[in-house]
Amino acid sequence: MKVSDKDVAYVADLANLELTGEERARMLRDLNSILEYVARLAELETDKVPPMAQVSDRYDVDESRRGSNRFAYAIREDIEHGLRPSLPHDVAVKNAPDTNGTFFEVPKVIER
Amino acid sequence: MPVTIKMRASTIDAIRHAITERQTTATALARDFYTRIRKEDPAIGAFLTLCEDRALAQAARIDALAAAGKPLPPLAGVPVAIKDVMVTNGVRTTAGSKILDNFVPPYDCTAVARLEAAGAVILGKLNCDEFAMGSSTENSAYYPVHNPRDKSRVPGGSSGGSAAAVAAEMAVATLGSDTGGSIRQPASFCGVIGLKPTYGRVSRYGLIAFASSLDHIGPFAKTVKEVALVLRTIAGRDPMDSTSAEAPVPDYVAELEKPVKGLRVGVAKEYFGAGLDPEVRAAVEDAIQKLAELGCDVVPVSLPHTEYAIPAYYIVATAEASANLARYDGVRYGFRAKANTLSEMYRLTRDRGFGMEVKRRIMLGTYALSAGYYDAYYLKAQKVRTLLTRDFDEAFKKVDVIAAPTCPTPAFKLDEKVDDPLAMYLADIYTVTANLAGIPGISLPCGENHEKLPIGLQLFARHFDEATLLRVAHAYERASHT
Repeated sequence: MKVSDKDVAYVADLANLELTGEERARMLRDLNSILEYVARLAELETDKVPPMAQVSDRYDVDESRRGSNRFAYAIREDIEHGLRPSLPHDVAVKNAPDTNGTFFEVPKVIER
Repeated sequence: MPVTIKMRASTIDAIRHAITERQTTATALARDFYTRIRKEDPAIGAFLTLCEDRALAQAARIDALAAAGKPLPPLAGVPVAIKDVMVTNGVRTTAGSKILDNFVPPYDCTAVARLEAAGAVILGKLNCDEFAMGSSTENSAYYPVHNPRDKSRVPGGSSGGSAAAVAAEMAVATLGSDTGGSIRQPASFCGVIGLKPTYGRVSRYGLIAFASSLDHIGPFAKTVKEVALVLRTIAGRDPMDSTSAEAPVPDYVAELEKPVKGLRVGVAKEYFGAGLDPEVRAAVEDAIQKLAELGCDVVPVSLPHTEYAIPAYYIVATAEASANLARYDGVRYGFRAKANTLSEMYRLTRDRGFGMEVKRRIMLGTYALSAGYYDAYYLKAQKVRTLLTRDFDEAFKKVDVIAAPTCPTPAFKLDEKVDDPLAMYLADIYTVTANLAGIPGISLPCGENHEKLPIGLQLFARHFDEATLLRVAHAYERASHT
C-alpha cells in the first residue's frame, strides 16, 4: 500500500491541516517510509488475538459482569455539583483568543 | 546564610534536615538554585519558564514551619522542576508548542499539586519535544536542550529538559512524562535515574494528553532513593483520573533495604541483537554480572515479539495523538490564526501552531484510523500489542525483573537524526515495549563509553511492582559505587 498525493490531501483534510506544497511532498516521503517499516506487522498471524486498547482493561476489569459494569472500578457515586465547582466564567474564558466575556467568538459560520 | 555547592547537589533528606536544624532556609536554597539556573542554563536550555514568585512563596511557608519548630513535610524545601506538559495554575504551560505559547492554565496537575503539598519548591517548567513527540528534544518549538555531559549532544527526549536539569544540578528532582521511553531514554543519555511507573500508578489529571493509553508521569533524580521518595509522593488513586488505580501505595523507601538475594533477573536476547552499540552491550552485561554477584539468579527469558514493538507503537501512539490533538482549534485557548471563515481559521491555526513532527504524527494517525486502513493498521497494531503484553506475562512467570539496555547507543549529536524520522523512532526500540504493556521500567547509569558518555541499564518489573524494581536498582546502585 503506497500513499499517494491524493491520500495526503485527503488525510490533511480530515485532520484539519492545510500543509504547504513543500510540506505535502515531505509528508508523502515520510509516510511512505514509516508505513513501509510498519508493514512488517502483517508477518504476524493475529486472527485469534483480541485487540488491546487499554492496559487498565487487563487488571481492573471484572469480566464476570456485563456491559459497563465490567468497569465498576472506575465508577463512583454521582455528586450533584461534580467533583469540584466549575470554573468561574471569567476564568474559563481568560485564555480565549476572542471573547465577549460570556461566549467564545469565532468567524461567522452561517451566512444569512 | 551561605549555601555551598555540596548542599546544592544534596539529597532530599539532607535538605529537610538542614532546614529543620536551621543550617539553611528553603528561601536561601531556592535563591541559590535560581542563581545557578541563570548561570548554567543559557548553555543548556532546560527551562522554558521560571516561576520565582510561586517558588519563593512556597519556600517562605516551609521556613515559617521550621521557624515555629513544627514538623516539616517529607519533601520540605526540595527544589524541583516540572516538564512543561503538566499544567500549573497561573504558570504558563506550553507543551513545547507555539500553539500554547500564551496558555496560562487555571488549575494544577495532580502530580504537581501532590509534590507541592509535600513541601517541594517548584522552580519552573522544563523544555521538551513539542507535545512530548520526539527522542532528542530538538522538536521543541522554542530551543533545543543540550546534554550537560557533552553540549554537542542531545539530552534525549522527549523529557530532555527534565533529565538535563537533574544532571546539571539545577533541580534535585524533576517530573517527566513517558509515552514511548521519554523518561528512561533521556535519563540514560544524561546519566541520571528515570522511572516510568505502572500504567495507573500515577494520576495523569492535568497532563497534556499525547497518547492516552501510553502516557505516564514519573520522576527523575540522581539516586534511587530520591526517585522512590518522589514516587511515594505522587502515586495513588485520584478521583480526577478514572485510569488511576486503587492499588495501595507501598512505602517504596522502606522497601529499598530488603535483600535482593534470590530474586530472579531475566535477560532476553531480543534486547541484545543487531544495532546494539558494543560498548553499551558490554556495560549492560557487566551490570547483569554485578546483579548475579549480589545473589540474584540470572535467567534467560524470551520476548519474541519485541521486533514488532516500534511499528505497533507508532500506529497506536499516532492514532491516539490525532484524536487528542483535535482539541487545538484556536477557539478556547492558545494561538489563533486570523481568518475569514471558521474552517479556514481551524486549518491556519493548526498549520502555523504545530511543528513538522506533530503534523507528521497527526497525519500518520489520521491515516491509520481512516476508512479502509483501520483494520490493516490500527486494529492490527492493537492485536500485536496483546502479543507483546503476553510475552511479558510469560516472562514474569519465571523472573521478578528483566534487565536490558535502555537505548541502543549513548547520546547522539544534535542535528544527527532530525531529517530522518524513522531513525529517530528507532532510538526508542528498547523502551516502547513497557508503554505498550503498561509495566514499570527504570533507567539507571551503568557506566560510560570511551567518550565518557553515560550508558543506561533498564529494568522492568510486573505491573504495580515498583517496589521490587526500585529495590534491585538500589542494590545495583550501592554495589556500583563501592
